[in-house]
Amino acid sequence: MAGLVYFSTKSGNTRRFVEKLGLPANRIPLNRSDPPLQVEEPYILVVPTYGDGDPRSAVPAPVIRFLNDEHNRSLIRGVIAGGNTNFGESFGLAGRVVAQKCQVPLLYRFELMGTVEDVHRVVAGVTEFWKRSA
Amino acid sequence: MDMPATSAARHLNRVDAINWNRLQDDKDLDVWNRLTGNFWLPEKIPLSNDIPAWNTLTEKEQQLTIRVFTGLTLLDTIQGTVGAPALIEDAVTAHEEAVITNISFMESVHARSYSSIFSTLCTTRDVDDAYRWSEENPFLQKKAELILERYRAEDPLMRKVASTFLESFLFYSGFYLPMYWSSRAKLTNTADLIRLIIRDEAIHGYYIGYKFQRQLAKLPAERQEEVKIYAYELLHELYDNEVKYTESLYDDVGFTEDVKKFLHYNANKALMNLGFEALFPASVTDVSPAILAALSPGSDENHDFFSGSGSSYVIGKTVSTEDDDWAF
Repeated sequence: MAGLVYFSTKSGNTRRFVEKLGLPANRIPLNRSDPPLQVEEPYILVVPTYGDGDPRSAVPAPVIRFLNDEHNRSLIRGVIAGGNTNFGESFGLAGRVVAQKCQVPLLYRFELMGTVEDVHRVVAGVTEFWKRSA
Repeated sequence: MDMPATSAARHLNRVDAINWNRLQDDKDLDVWNRLTGNFWLPEKIPLSNDIPAWNTLTEKEQQLTIRVFTGLTLLDTIQGTVGAPALIEDAVTAHEEAVITNISFMESVHARSYSSIFSTLCTTRDVDDAYRWSEENPFLQKKAELILERYRAEDPLMRKVASTFLESFLFYSGFYLPMYWSSRAKLTNTADLIRLIIRDEAIHGYYIGYKFQRQLAKLPAERQEEVKIYAYELLHELYDNEVKYTESLYDDVGFTEDVKKFLHYNANKALMNLGFEALFPASVTDVSPAILAALSPGSDENHDFFSGSGSSYVIGKTVSTEDDDWAF
């Protein structure tokens, strides 16, 4: 089964969510000085939303660097976005931006580190998603 | 030993000039940029456009609205003048202090905003009555006292817990009402202003919760567990009182049950801001879709692609992705 690729800052919300999923996952490094992540299998991206509601700043820079690698970009199959409904229309905006740029579906949105229900739905959904696309 | 915990007066000894080009925690700069980028004042919202809608509300609905805003004013006043200054005392870096000075000031802007709404829409007598009500409502006073108690006790961790609960949980019995009016196309400019406050509070709760987690992680596991228990205890205490406060406001108009769901939903988010698991199951957090849509347009649409019932997942039309597109 293919896996997840995720990014999380020091606040760790997305990391916590991904850990709760218990699915194979690779983390995009936080710092420019770390060796870049290279993927070899299809993956679903889990990304938190940043910025002030401007689509140009919604996707964290390390995720942009990761997707700028054409090989990495060719293997993305879907995106799951973190966020907070307090930000109104820009809730989970990073997911919409990536979905549009990479021509993949926005599969799910969760808030902060996700609830138990989010975890159940995403685990079942991701498992089924890979079965269907196998 | 530079334990900020007990040295409320450390600034009386020495202050070093802040250097934003040398950060101990780059989150401080991120949040500073975010907060200053979001800066706003109530004058930019055309509140007077709400006068016709205000006049369509019944006397009872008007009274409820003024009372709700008076309650919110009290919380913002506490946060701006007691809560945030207490957090400044506990700050571990100069940058953290600077971020909290912004939070402190914005809380005063929020408190100021409610008075702008009052002076635009309401009579002085009705507002004075509501302020009197706020001083006499036992549940509002108790909620203030529960928080102030934690601010007075000089425990930096519990101060942050109390602060995060105030920012991410206690406001929401009040925020419900303008979101409700907005969903009925009433007081829409007031709702726009409240959404700016809601956006600010999300960043405040996130940041203070984040600083809490950093500090907690440095403690032995046993002490961490103890703090976690205190935090859940405080949440329960606040929640029990919040339910009574909600009943005292909303029973007459019949909104209590839906407001409680909104409380559960936001209590979960407050806990998550502290890095703790959500408490209330999805069966009691199902806020009415109209309220969620007023809070976050589109959030009522199903983005659960997996369930096969997603109504709004759309892959945009083909855009050729150049690397330059991403080099924002």
